[in-house]
Amino acid sequence: MAKYIIKRVILAVLTIFLVATITFFLMHNVPGGPFVAEKSISAQAQAALNEKFGMDKPLGIQYKNYMNGILHGDFSLSLKQRGWNVSDIIKSRFPVSARIGGLAVLLALAVGIPLGSVAALNRGKWADNLIIVLATCGIAFPSFVICTVGMYLFGVHLGWLPTFGLTSPAHYVLPVFALSFYPMAYITRLMRSSMLDVIGQDYMRTARAKGLSPAKCLFKHALRNAILPVVTYVGPMLAYTITGSFIVEKIFVIPGLGGQFVSSITNRDYTVIMGTTIFLASLIIVMNVLVDIVYKIIDPRIQLK
Amino acid sequence: MMKKNPLSFQLNPDDFLPATEEERKSLVQLRPSVSFWKDAMRRLRKNKIAMVSLCVILVVMIFAFVIPSFYPYKYEQQIKGAVYLSPMTFSADEQARIAAGEKLFPHILGTDNLGRDYAIRVMMGSRISLLVGLIASAIILLIGSVYGSVAGYFGGVTDLIMMRIVDIIYTVPDILLIVLLSFSLKKPMAALALKPGFQWIQTVGVNLISIFIVFALLYWVGMARIVRSQILTLKQSEYVTAARALGAGSGRIIRKHLLTNCIGTLIVTTTLQIPSSIFTESFLSFLGLGVAIPMPSLGSLASDGLNGLNSYPYLLLAPALLISLIILSFNLFGDGLRDAFDPKMKS
Repeated sequence: MAKYIIKRVILAVLTIFLVATITFFLMHNVPGGPFVAEKSISAQAQAALNEKFGMDKPLGIQYKNYMNGILHGDFSLSLKQRGWNVSDIIKSRFPVSARIGGLAVLLALAVGIPLGSVAALNRGKWADNLIIVLATCGIAFPSFVICTVGMYLFGVHLGWLPTFGLTSPAHYVLPVFALSFYPMAYITRLMRSSMLDVIGQDYMRTARAKGLSPAKCLFKHALRNAILPVVTYVGPMLAYTITGSFIVEKIFVIPGLGGQFVSSITNRDYTVIMGTTIFLASLIIVMNVLVDIVYKIIDPRIQLK
Repeated sequence: MMKKNPLSFQLNPDDFLPATEEERKSLVQLRPSVSFWKDAMRRLRKNKIAMVSLCVILVVMIFAFVIPSFYPYKYEQQIKGAVYLSPMTFSADEQARIAAGEKLFPHILGTDNLGRDYAIRVMMGSRISLLVGLIASAIILLIGSVYGSVAGYFGGVTDLIMMRIVDIIYTVPDILLIVLLSFSLKKPMAALALKPGFQWIQTVGVNLISIFIVFALLYWVGMARIVRSQILTLKQSEYVTAARALGAGSGRIIRKHLLTNCIGTLIVTTTLQIPSSIFTESFLSFLGLGVAIPMPSLGSLASDGLNGLNSYPYLLLAPALLISLIILSFNLFGDGLRDAFDPKMKS
């Protein structure tokens, strides 16, 4: 186990390094720059800005300096948001996105797993068909459709829920729901197909034959085996969801990391782009390692290599 | 006939007499041989949901590609005094013309903030969305199947390096790559469009072409993974060994034996790629990174519609529901194709 984790960590560091390198050079080779768009800026001021952020040096040196900074835990200053450190930006924005994203994933799991199981246990009956139709709709509707239609229906038309900001629990309802829609549908489908697979297995028949109650069969044997594919999916999905969805954050005016990331890309705020990308990539990789470990806990037969 | 001892195991020799002509005829069943395609098509035709989805897709295609050419309004045409008309109403100017005996086609979905007929804009929007879905998926199919089959077939170090590249592309946030690529493609594409022989870029639109390229560069990774895993199992088959023993080169084996044998998977994955490309394009247009103004796409229409949500909800609902319908039918059709082509894959 320890050897496995060490191996994964080394691979992870290598991957993050490569991702950071690719992002760095790709970003700098794209036409435009952080200070180009500002109209009233003189050539001198621009040169001074470039010098201040070390952008007058050759790209190779800039890369070396930046990587050196990261190794010392310094993600440098934002180029556009004066006086803000990139790690402070992530620290202030990430909790907002993580709260909404975490709630959305919890909701998706809490609804998706039971729905998928119910569908599988009632295969071919009306409940199964209804759940399949709902789940397919959930996969087909883009998030902006869910957001906007939900906003129109509950926010504007019925006036039950606030449509923007994040100041009270009621504000969370629409964004969390919109975010959880796709993963919920996906988990339902995954759960249904893996549950169908499991309840056809021999050990399920054995469990019933030795007199276990159907409920115990379901919770002790079926669920535990059927949930593995869901765990695989939830790991990376959790990483993506808690770092924020640009669409949801834009529509509901939420100051999260997703919106920050996209605006930093359009503004060419190089340091924020780099910091967020590295943060996101590490989260995804950490989640994948966690998934493997959770796997081992759920199914002790699995050997980690 | 021999007398049979009921306790003996002796067989009845009459059972082993040669069959008569009639018996022979009755035993021979003349059934046409069923090919792989016919079998799949038969299963597909039986699947009601898939057939309904196919009909929906065809109807949407007619709306997107045929009807706009003889629709009385143009998508970029601004009608004077017809700003924000409700569905099925006319502007004052048009009402006067109708009163004078002229026959005018109604604005089925009203008009938008610039007085453009909304129905034709939604149709053109679905044309762009469908084009993006179809063409991007075709490019993804091409790159993904070549890359995946090469990695899977050669294995070893080649496979390791090629698949690590795929992993890295997977890890970089795709929105970052999309934005950076579309920015960096804009200038060279615009320059290329001015050169002789490349004028077609101008007619298709620089933005649209860069979207194709971006999708092609980004989303082939999923396809490559699926093809690779298929090739890994297929290359163990005896017919591959036989082909190699007969002296076939690697290229020929991949093309003639391996890829043809995973054609079912390729068709299914490509069909399911179409809705996800449409999905991504609508998302990009929603961010304002999609096709160029005044060309509409369903995503940009929905994005514009969001601004007037309180007063003109239909401007948002029409494109939003249409795009959901398109993605839904492609998904259901793809599921049907999967059941038909590859019953083992059925989930």
